[in-house]
Order: sequence, then structure tokens, then C-alpha cells
Amino acid sequence: MKHSKLLATAFGVAVAGAISFSAQAEEMMATFEIVDGTIPQSLTGTPGDADAGRKTAIDRKKGNCLACHVMPIPEQQFHGETGPALDGIGDRLSEAELRMRMVDAKVINPDTMMPSFYKTGQHMVLKKFEGKTILSAQEVEDVVAYLLTLK
Amino acid sequence: MKKLITAAIALSGAGLLLAACVAGGGSSMSSTGENGISDNPDAWSGYKTATAETQAMNDDDFENPVMPYVDLAAGIYNSRDNAGKISCADCHGAPDDATGGRSGIPMKGVGANYPRFNAETGKPINVELQINKCREERQVEKGFKYEGDEMIGMTALVRMQSRGMPVVSKAADPANELHAAWTAGKEFYYQRRGQLDMACSNCHEDHAGDLIRAETLSQGQSNGFPTYRFKWQKPGTLHRRFAGCNKNIRAEAFGRGSDEYLNLETYLAWRGRGLPVEAPSVRK
Ligand code: HEC
Ligand code: HEC
Repeated sequence: MKHSKLLATAFGVAVAGAISFSAQAEEMMATFEIVDGTIPQSLTGTPGDADAGRKTAIDRKKGNCLACHVMPIPEQQFHGETGPALDGIGDRLSEAELRMRMVDAKVINPDTMMPSFYKTGQHMVLKKFEGKTILSAQEVEDVVAYLLTLK
Repeated sequence: MKKLITAAIALSGAGLLLAACVAGGGSSMSSTGENGISDNPDAWSGYKTATAETQAMNDDDFENPVMPYVDLAAGIYNSRDNAGKISCADCHGAPDDATGGRSGIPMKGVGANYPRFNAETGKPINVELQINKCREERQVEKGFKYEGDEMIGMTALVRMQSRGMPVVSKAADPANELHAAWTAGKEFYYQRRGQLDMACSNCHEDHAGDLIRAETLSQGQSNGFPTYRFKWQKPGTLHRRFAGCNKNIRAEAFGRGSDEYLNLETYLAWRGRGLPVEAPSVRK
């Protein structure tokens, strides 16, 4: 199965005020292709930075991965457990598989609780987040690079 | 807790009777005698996953931080200082008067049987809106602010008269007047929303009992409201909690007392049917 998903480039009209919020508001969404439940190609072409990815994973306003996953991040207290522990995930899943889960885990499991970190168009989104993805394309790449270090 | 539940069963007869009065129609109460517990054995209250410390505070009326609000409301309950020159007590008797005073409508049982169907509006009415209905129509005064101290205190005062009584809801029955509200509430409950794209069910059904960061997810039941939260540093209404859970997933919240939240409240009462009323509760 091979299908591609073209995501609309950011709507032309930048609503006044929206411009000042964050970089993501103005970023054009990267296009990507889903191949058998994976995303083989980098979203940005710029290699991910694992250290930055670790920070993004911790940041409660960004990945907030610790809300749901136990991770090898000992300096942070209180790891959630609604999702599987991520120790060794870099051995279990490939880069392309990890990128798919970061972009939109619902392609793998439509019932999952895990947010889609690179998707827009959800129902009733708070105005200030409307049309924005949770993570930027580069942040997705960074987190993927970090996850790949978890061997 | 066990003891409460047993007492609740003993009291449920009275509760149902009262509910029929309050409904002013009562056609939906055809199932008198059922307490709902056997119907819904897997429901559990957020009390269960609260820390021992929080539970102790919840259980001791001298420690429970909602009690000062209840005291405030008790003063208002007895006051004729309003344009209608009539107090709540004039109509309903003392809050714990099981005969319900002149009106024959006691406060005991209200908390276990709301939301009810309001035939005038064709919508559910919850305890907060019923309080304001009495205030406006009988006392000829402006209603309390939905999230104000008076409203929270009065809701707590009224709902705590039902402590231990099992929550009753027959709204799932297609013949029930609340069924349309129940259906809309259910849709809301399972509808993913917000930038995090989650439904109530993702947290409170699929993952109840699991840790989300430092918090253990409960079933998100409504039987303890109004609730004092340490995070809020004051007690709040159920609709405040709805708005909080909506905003946490970066979804637009609805207004206090909105149709959407009344429907959701109606649905939650059904999810929690059989649980003992635990108002006012204390939570993290
Ligand atoms: C609100 C909960 C939640 C959040 C936040 C969350 N996840 Fe998940 N994640 C899950 C759940 C639940 C699963 C289990 C798979 C499923 O449901 O399909 C999962 C699965 C995964 C998997 C696949 C694990 C495996 O063993 O196959 C990876 C990798 C992953 N998450 C990474 C992340 C990263 C990285 C972040 C943060 C950027 C994150 N998750 C944030 C809930 C979450
Ligand atoms: C991202 C996860 C999440 C989602 C989605 C969510 N909640 Fe919650 N909710 C929580 C957490 C965490 C708490 C506090 C701990 C607990 O009681 O579960 C909570 C508490 C509650 C409580 C208080 C329970 C008590 O005993 O004090 C209610 C009621 C509630 N939620 C209802 C809802 C409803 C209705 C929705 C959907 C509109 C919803 N929640 C969506 C995480 C969530």
C-alpha cells in the first residue's frame, strides 16, 4: 500500500495577531508520504539533533512525553504510564516507524490516546492553537533522533 | 465507604420518592426501588485514588475546606433578606428536614437525582440552575454567579444532604425525558477534541487507574462535586472541571451552565449511577 498525504500549506491569510504567536504559526507544513505505516523521508532534510529532541520530549508545552511514558530520563520525577515504556525503543522501531508515530500515531492505531504531534484540523481546537501543529517539523526530527539513541 | 453505601441503599427509597416530587412530573421515575448499584458495578469514585491525606480532609467536616462556603450558604438559606421576603427554609424546611417543609420538597435526595428534566426549557436542569430558578422566581432576586462563593456553598449545602445516597439516572432509557440530553452528552464524551485530539473516554475510560505524569486518572465521576482542589485553592463546580479538562487538551471550553455541559453532566450522572453522593469532596 502506498498513498501519499499532502498537507495543505498554511492558509494564505494570516489572521492579524496570529503572526505574533510562534514560529509554528507561520511555518508551512511539510509534506510527507506514508509508506506502509511508516514515513521514510525526513520532514525537513535537516538531520535531527538528539539533545534538542530530549529537551523537547521533556518540555511540558512541547512533547510532554513523560505524561504518558516511562523514559530513561532519571532527573525528571513522575513518569506516566498510560503508554509503553520507551527504554530500548530505538532497537524495536526503525527511524521511519518512529517518525510515523510522532507525526500521527493514529495511522497505526486509530484508538490511541497518543496525540498526533504533526497534524492540524482537530475538533474544537483552542483559538490560539488553531492551525498549528504541537511540534514543528524540525522538533519531530529531533525527537526521532533522540528516540533512536534509546538502545 | 462501605458503610456509606449500605446506608445509601436504605435511604434510596426516600430519595426516589423525593425525586418524583421535584420532577413535578415524575414520569421518568417508573423504576422506583432500583438503586442502580447492581446495574453499574464497575463504577468507582475519584475518592479511591486520592491520597490518604486528601481522603482524611474529605471525610472530616472540620477539615473539609468547602465547609466555610457551606456556612455562608446556610446563612443565606435562612435569610428573608430578598425582594420576595421568603427564605429557602420557608419553603423547604431546614436543609436536613426530610419532610421538606411547606413545599414538601426536601433537600435530601436532590443531589442524588439531578440533573432533572426541566419541562419549561426542554433541557436538563442541574442543582446550580435550580437554585437560581428558585432565587429568581421565588425570591425575586438576581441569581448567584455560577462560580461564585454563594453558589458553590449553596450547591454543597444542598448536595451534601444526599451524602451516601446512590446517584440515580435512568437517562439511558429511550423513554426517559433526559434521553436526548444523555445521547448528546455521550457523543461529547467520546468525541476527540483539542490540539491533543483526545476524548474524555481516552483518559477516564481507557486509562482510568493509570498514571498520567504524577496523577492517577480516575473515572472522572461527578458524585463528589462541588470539589475543593488544591490546584484551584478553592472549591469549584463540575462545569469548571469540564472546562479544565477541555483546556488541558487545548480544546475550546464551553460556558458554565451551557447546554453542552448540562448534557455532559446528564451523561456523567448515568455513568456514575449507584455511586454514593460524596459532596463536597476534596481532590488534588
Ligand atoms: C497522552 C498520552 C501520550 C503522550 C503525551 C505521548 N504518548 Fe507515545 N504512546 C501513548 C500510548 C497509549 C502508546 C501505545 C500505542 C498505542 O496506543 O497505539 C504510545 C506509543 C508510543 C510509541 C510506540 C511504542 C512501542 O513500543 O511501540 C512511541 C515510540 C511513542 N509513543 C513515543 C512518544 C513520544 C516521543 C512522545 C512525546 C513527544 C509521546 N509518545 C507522547 C501515549 C502517549
Ligand atoms: C488528558 C487527559 C484527560 C482528558 C482528555 C479528560 N480528563 Fe478529566 N481529568 C483528568 C485528570 C488528570 C483528572 C484528575 C485526576 C482524576 O480524577 O482523574 C481529571 C478529573 C476529572 C474529573 C474529576 C473527578 C473527581 O473525582 O474529582 C471529572 C468529573 C472529569 N475529569 C471529567 C472529564 C470529562 C467530562 C472530560 C471530557 C470533556 C475529561 N474529563 C477529559 C484528565 C483528563
